Amino acid sequence: MDWRQLWEIVSAPDNVPIVGMIPLLVFYIYLAWKQARANDELVAELETNPALAKTHHRKSWPFRPGWQKEVHVWPFLLRIEFLAAIIVTIILMVWSITLSAPLEEPSNPNLTMNPAKAPWYFLGLQEMLVYFDPWIAGVVMPTLIIIGLMVIPYIDTNPLGSGYYTWKQRKFAIGTFLFGFIVLWVAMIIIGTFIRGPGWQWFWPGQTWDHNRLIYEVNRDLPDLFGITSNLAKGIFGAIVVGGFYLIGGFVVHALFRRYNPKDYRRMSLLQYSIMIFFLLTMVALPAKMLLRLALNIKYVWITPWFNV
Amino acid sequence: MLEENGNGTGKNGKEVGLLERVKAGVKEDVQSLKTDLPAKAKEQVEGLKDPTKTQVYTSIFRHKHDDTPRNRALGVLSNVFLHLHPAKINRDAVRYSFTWGMGGITFFLFLILTYTGVLLMFYYHPTKVQAFRDVLYLEHDVPFGKILRNMHRWAAHLMIIAVWLHMFRVFLTGSYKKPREFNWNVGVILLVLTLLLSFTGYLLPDDQLGFWAVTVGTNMARATPLLGHEGPFGKMLGMTPYNDVRFGLLGGSIVDANALLRSYIWHCIGIPLVAITFMAVHFWRVRKDGGISGPAPVMLESEADKRRT
Repeated sequence: MDWRQLWEIVSAPDNVPIVGMIPLLVFYIYLAWKQARANDELVAELETNPALAKTHHRKSWPFRPGWQKEVHVWPFLLRIEFLAAIIVTIILMVWSITLSAPLEEPSNPNLTMNPAKAPWYFLGLQEMLVYFDPWIAGVVMPTLIIIGLMVIPYIDTNPLGSGYYTWKQRKFAIGTFLFGFIVLWVAMIIIGTFIRGPGWQWFWPGQTWDHNRLIYEVNRDLPDLFGITSNLAKGIFGAIVVGGFYLIGGFVVHALFRRYNPKDYRRMSLLQYSIMIFFLLTMVALPAKMLLRLALNIKYVWITPWFNV
Repeated sequence: MLEENGNGTGKNGKEVGLLERVKAGVKEDVQSLKTDLPAKAKEQVEGLKDPTKTQVYTSIFRHKHDDTPRNRALGVLSNVFLHLHPAKINRDAVRYSFTWGMGGITFFLFLILTYTGVLLMFYYHPTKVQAFRDVLYLEHDVPFGKILRNMHRWAAHLMIIAVWLHMFRVFLTGSYKKPREFNWNVGVILLVLTLLLSFTGYLLPDDQLGFWAVTVGTNMARATPLLGHEGPFGKMLGMTPYNDVRFGLLGGSIVDANALLRSYIWHCIGIPLVAITFMAVHFWRVRKDGGISGPAPVMLESEADKRRT
């Protein structure tokens, strides 16, 4: 266990935000989960008690008759904003006094940094470069992430859970978002920051970053495993595999979704439904490709003269 | 003087009359100095005891400040900086456990970044020769230069975390649902702009860290399908390292002086202007879409397909 190495990575000034973000995320997930559970319990109670449902103010904290429903922004909101501003300023001041922004040697195009890392918030994308060619990891994926985020309000047809925390009423939506945000985005950033060392090789936390380490790995392409040699056959084979992933995967999602989410299934239009399935499968494609690469050393699935997937 | 010689201008008596009138007038003036001015001074001092009644004050603050509901509302509505708030809000909507306050904190950090950024611009030249030296100068010679740079950098990182948490909260409370779909989209654009703001700033110290991070980042643009010279179908469309999308981003085929200048302009002027525009729309839509989404009363499964009144 190389504690010094571990400390060097964790305390690198630009990595401190990530180290700080993890407990923040844990705290806010806990905060959301606590309120979601309280709301879910309330929903369960109101479902069984229609009389209460008519009279209860339907929030998970008590409300006394006679209280005003509305309060003045001045001072009841503005004091919170003011306090938040002061606290953020203090945190920032203390942080800036105790930790200096990194400054390396002057830029030198002839001396490559090893590892050369993008800013920490893009390390998820850089980590994807291991599994996909740059045009997918660097261009297509970010574009799909942005479009995927933007279509969320238009494909989520579930009217429940608007304006309050809940888990039971929106299991699918929240589960998918957590998968995308925590697993595909934050976890990939953590891998890219703390695990990837020189040569973008995998170093476990505490392992010394050995700049001379060589890993002898023979990456194969999926068509090779099946003994396919001609370019045309490789192209067709890959198209079948990728197309098959979306078709069979789409069928599996369809079978599961209509069983476990019948109401959303009924509400969704064909366009909403197919967009949802496409983005869901594309999200799953990332860990699927990671698994192929890390477990089976498979580099490409689909090889054509113009692009490889 | 003429009137004092007393003879022979053919206007007898008039000179005398004038002299007397002048004398009497002066006497009056002196008398008024003795009586009126002290009175006015007293009045003035009396008036200053309540500065809120002065014309200067009332021209600035256009309503009274005694603690009445009307004045509380006016305090928000008649202030340009506060008027994006409503006068009154739901008493639950100020609960920190619901809102997390991350949208407001993001905006506050944007203000801090603008302020520290403008100060940094006084000391920074976006040229290859000067940039790195300017940062050294800031670190070692400019009074408070180091804390200025540190605050700018850490506020930027904090802003990214705050934006993510804001999006996370908005998702978990289902706040993107009808009628807030469009504002979620504006928010996604603002998220991207925040990342781009941070990314363009990364190069500006012109050190190894920024240089290689931006090299790694923009190398992905080479692989843009159709528009990059290494991307799928790029070569067929005549893309070379000297005319593709990466060349456009960097103003050259390598990260050099032009890239530094472009980064600087995007960072200090281009993206902030776009971001401010989108922010204005974002905040405006929060109000127009009915204010903050919750905490809303929970909705029951049986009511899901009914319109909520």
